Amino acid sequence: MTDQRPIHSVVLVKQVPDTHNITGEVMTKDGTMNRNALPAIFNPEDLNALEMALQIKGRLGGTVTVITMGPPKAAGVLREALFRGADRVILLTDRKFAGADTLATSYVLKCAVEKAGPFDLVFCGRQAIDGDTAQVGPQLAEKLGIPQITYAETFVEVSADQIVAERALDSGSEIVRCKLPCLLTVVGSANTPRPASVRRRIERKLAAAPAEFAAVRARWPEFASDEQLQDYLNAHDLNIAVWTADDIGASEDQVGLAGSPTQVHKINFVVLESTESKTVPATPEGIAAMIQELVHEYIVG
Amino acid sequence: MTTPNSIWVFIEQTDGKIADVSLELTGKARELADRLGGASGGAHEVVGLVMGHHVEALADEVIAHGADRVLLADHPELAIYRTLPYARVAIAEARARKPEIFLVGGTPNGRDFAPRVASALRCGLTADCTDLEIGDYTVKKEDKTYHDLLFQIRPAFGGNLIATIVNPKTRPQMATVREGVMRMPAAQPSRHGAVEKLVPRFEPDDFALEVLSRQMRHSTVNLKESRVVVSGGAGVASAEDFALLRDLANLLGGEVGASRAAVDAGMIGREHQVGQTGTTVRPRLYVAAGISGAIQHRAGMDQSSKIIAINTDPDAPMFQIAHYKIVGDVAEVLPLIIKTLRERSMDQRETE
Repeated sequence: MTDQRPIHSVVLVKQVPDTHNITGEVMTKDGTMNRNALPAIFNPEDLNALEMALQIKGRLGGTVTVITMGPPKAAGVLREALFRGADRVILLTDRKFAGADTLATSYVLKCAVEKAGPFDLVFCGRQAIDGDTAQVGPQLAEKLGIPQITYAETFVEVSADQIVAERALDSGSEIVRCKLPCLLTVVGSANTPRPASVRRRIERKLAAAPAEFAAVRARWPEFASDEQLQDYLNAHDLNIAVWTADDIGASEDQVGLAGSPTQVHKINFVVLESTESKTVPATPEGIAAMIQELVHEYIVG
Repeated sequence: MTTPNSIWVFIEQTDGKIADVSLELTGKARELADRLGGASGGAHEVVGLVMGHHVEALADEVIAHGADRVLLADHPELAIYRTLPYARVAIAEARARKPEIFLVGGTPNGRDFAPRVASALRCGLTADCTDLEIGDYTVKKEDKTYHDLLFQIRPAFGGNLIATIVNPKTRPQMATVREGVMRMPAAQPSRHGAVEKLVPRFEPDDFALEVLSRQMRHSTVNLKESRVVVSGGAGVASAEDFALLRDLANLLGGEVGASRAAVDAGMIGREHQVGQTGTTVRPRLYVAAGISGAIQHRAGMDQSSKIIAINTDPDAPMFQIAHYKIVGDVAEVLPLIIKTLRERSMDQRETE
């Protein structure tokens, strides 16, 4: 590819409960879940999305901006992004955003991406492990009016005005060429996300959003006031920017619960019960008896 | 023309073959339409939206599986699925005809297409449903009951719950539905229906993406049809142990399945994955070896007739749905089962 230039990327990430490591401890007898037993983590495929953006930056130059919507504590994933090489991070937090379904979420992200400035590529993880919907990426692409490459596994090349990428599908794969700007949703098999760099972790350990200033000052008492800390963060480019609905010019009827057409009618806790259940000893006799039963019921034969 | 009270199904086709899930959904849409017609007295129409090139012949198949009408967009630019041209046609037709319900198969293409369309129509979309019903929904705060809504039922929050989602105020009520959970209706070749040809109007930007090449993997894995599935999870620690799963599957005439953890760990290809993001299976026998039993996995196999679970953790959630619980290490228990089956078949040969 001939003409190359720096590429400006935006990566949308989410902090999620670690639903993949559900153990007997997390699940209670009545089939409910002990959510507190689940740690909050960086959504795994969002790390793959960030990695792809960082690789493109490494090759062509440019910037990587990472945006998340969530409660104030979601600043944790933004710090992780800074430690991995993001240039700029933005936290979208506002009570008005609460209760958003995927449509309302995509609208808020659209407002934020547009406010963040000109971009060439937008990256999302394919899906978040707490919902597994895989909807926000395509919904956002539609709202931004740009094409989408879902299930992106490899970028083959990026030039001044287009990207060539390989998509991983159940039935095979596809190589596509797409004009910039466009949005990619990235699958977990795309790459191995880099770990946080020790150097960056040390350099950027103070990165904080205003809601975290008290906690930062408790650990580093040399900052006498929030203002002093703020000045330091400004001077060292360690601000985690916080944007509210007003900041991004989002209209109230399209965010949060009000902007969510889907409503939860009811939730049923799954009480797992097999009709008849037997404990089989892990012995030759136990196994033989089980197989005998299965043969008798024509399950095995 | 307008078609009030219609239930649409996105008919996904690849190289002229309709995806099973699209026909499963056509059958489900027929059921829902008959239920709604019976409830409100008004006729409800099932509409199949067929897009592609040289796909006229598919209309009859869609009608035979329960559709009253086929909207047929046949155009060279629609030959291969691409998000923007397909979404363009669907969005334009949905805006003009205002369907009540719009169902899409939860395939990779379906889950690429549906959110794009829902975002443009600003309607609610529920992902990866495992069941659909019709019912009433009361909002106490508004003191109002919405009648005959589509109940979109899906496992939620990774953990143990099943959510029923409704879209009371926006239309269409959109949902993607997992493959293999609705029964495939029997084709009725004598059914009649209307075929209406559409004239797509594209914009230049719709062609921003080109497909340069496609590689179809002709999967030799047929989990969906298999009578026996032997699956491994995080508790199957080595490639040797995974080979035991293959041995057992071969002995039982079944296929090897896997949990997402095993696929992510690189033990086996993604085409073997059972669960919410993989294949839904309903075999006569399901062996869950070293699979703890996250709901994403269980949702893809809990309809199995008999379940054998093997796990070192006696509290593994999988044990709660298993018919046979074996607390132990996969590397020890699987060889025992294999040995017992081999001896049995040798005994059989001797008696024959």
